[in-house]
Amino acid sequence: MLEALSYTFIQNAIISGVLVSIISGIIGSLIVVNRMVFLAGGIAHSAYGGIGVSIYFSLPMLLSTSVFSVIVALFISIITYKNRQKLDTIIGLTWAIGMSFGILLVDLTPGYNADLISYLFGSILAVNSSDIIFMAIILFLIIFILGLFYRDILAVSYDNSYAKIRGVKTRLFYTIILLMASLSIVIAIKIVGLILVIALLSIPTFIAEKFSDSLLGMMIHASLFSMFFTLMGLGISYTYDLSSGPSIILISSVSMIIVIIFQKLRKPKIFKKTN
Amino acid sequence: MQTYNNAINIKDLFFKYEKEYVLEDINFQVQENDFLTILGPNGGGKSTLVKLILGILKLQKGSIEIFNRPFLKESLNIGYVPQSTDINLDFPIKVLEVIMMAQNKQQTRYFGYSKDEKLQAIHALEQVGMEEFAHRRISFLSGGQRQSLSGGQRQRVLIARALFGKPKILLLDEPTSNIDVVACGEIYQTLKELNKKITVVVISHDLSLVLKYANKAVYINKKLSYHDLSSMKQEFSNLNSNVSEIELLQMLGQCRC
Repeated sequence: MLEALSYTFIQNAIISGVLVSIISGIIGSLIVVNRMVFLAGGIAHSAYGGIGVSIYFSLPMLLSTSVFSVIVALFISIITYKNRQKLDTIIGLTWAIGMSFGILLVDLTPGYNADLISYLFGSILAVNSSDIIFMAIILFLIIFILGLFYRDILAVSYDNSYAKIRGVKTRLFYTIILLMASLSIVIAIKIVGLILVIALLSIPTFIAEKFSDSLLGMMIHASLFSMFFTLMGLGISYTYDLSSGPSIILISSVSMIIVIIFQKLRKPKIFKKTN
Repeated sequence: MQTYNNAINIKDLFFKYEKEYVLEDINFQVQENDFLTILGPNGGGKSTLVKLILGILKLQKGSIEIFNRPFLKESLNIGYVPQSTDINLDFPIKVLEVIMMAQNKQQTRYFGYSKDEKLQAIHALEQVGMEEFAHRRISFLSGGQRQSLSGGQRQRVLIARALFGKPKILLLDEPTSNIDVVACGEIYQTLKELNKKITVVVISHDLSLVLKYANKAVYINKKLSYHDLSSMKQEFSNLNSNVSEIELLQMLGQCRC
């Protein structure tokens, strides 16, 4: 196992695993508290359109998919801000259109595309150094924005209408949250694939929520849990020659189930009144 | 009476969403240190009026002055308490952070909260008797189980949030809906206490509570009628201590002048 650490692709996998864990811990928390999980699913699947574009035009995958997802996120934000009841419809629409568009583009691309499956289930072992630089830049950007506007983002997430009364530009921050989410989703797709990206964003967050008193605490906990699951999953996938994405997700899911069971066991027998 | 300042002065206010006016010819003043209640049926325009006072809706016709000045959205002169709701009870946020949401946008600093702000927030919590919850999450752990603040406690936190900027007017939109009777009374008692220093305007359905604590009432159903409750209170205390709400409503309806 230890000699594995000398391979560049393993080193890259570990570094990117850590970077993506921090990103998904932060953004996953934002997505969960804003109840945007379905929305994130929509962006993840429509990102497939971006993958199609990158394969068809032979463009760098992370870059073209990011641009594509950002456009989708802006589109969703513009249409849904004023009438949230339309959100589900719009998500369903972008979800289907993005995926179909991507698959058709791949069909039209001459030659066989072995890479396709790797976008569905991720390929942490195929991460190269330029991917890592891209991830680092996005992580830096997210931390920077969050540091600058943490209070506004917290206010918008917790009590949007009150934030508005107090003069917070709620629409701007709603869009910023969506944009950060779409960029993070694109990066997470590289690691666990678009089918499992929602699990990576929500499972560590779900566990972290139980241990945290604040949104910031939740983000830190979620990042740490996510890091643990990713590295464990990576180890298992390497040792037993299994797909990395599903390994990571299964480790997280099992941990989540253990946490839930543990919680049920700790439940006091006497019913306590809230007041 | 004439020496009092006008905390809120509404003149010739008309408002419509579409074709029909929801508010017509509204004229009234809230004087400094009043405890005024806004009564009226659902859909009668109460919430619209509040939104106009807060500047959420744009004025169409007429004027609203707060302490003889046109209202500025960012000013902290009005502390606003929204209706108590059950949304986001599980949100990972500390009580103190909820309070500090009220910070004036211009004064917010980047990267966390200043010591001054925290002290001010704790002071606001003290005024509503919730200081022991300052550093807890709004749904806190108790015996290994996560518990939410009760409806009454949540409402106190929201009142504290409104008090954070040391406002001169406290405006509450049905603060005691969804809250049990005991907590209701306690909240009004707190408001009464706060009323010694600041003007209180409450939208409410709890007529008996209104009569007990408020000194003025306006009844809004598209148009407005104004009541000074002090004379009415006397009348009622002579009549019967247990006046039914229907009788009260009748009385308020009758003296619409």
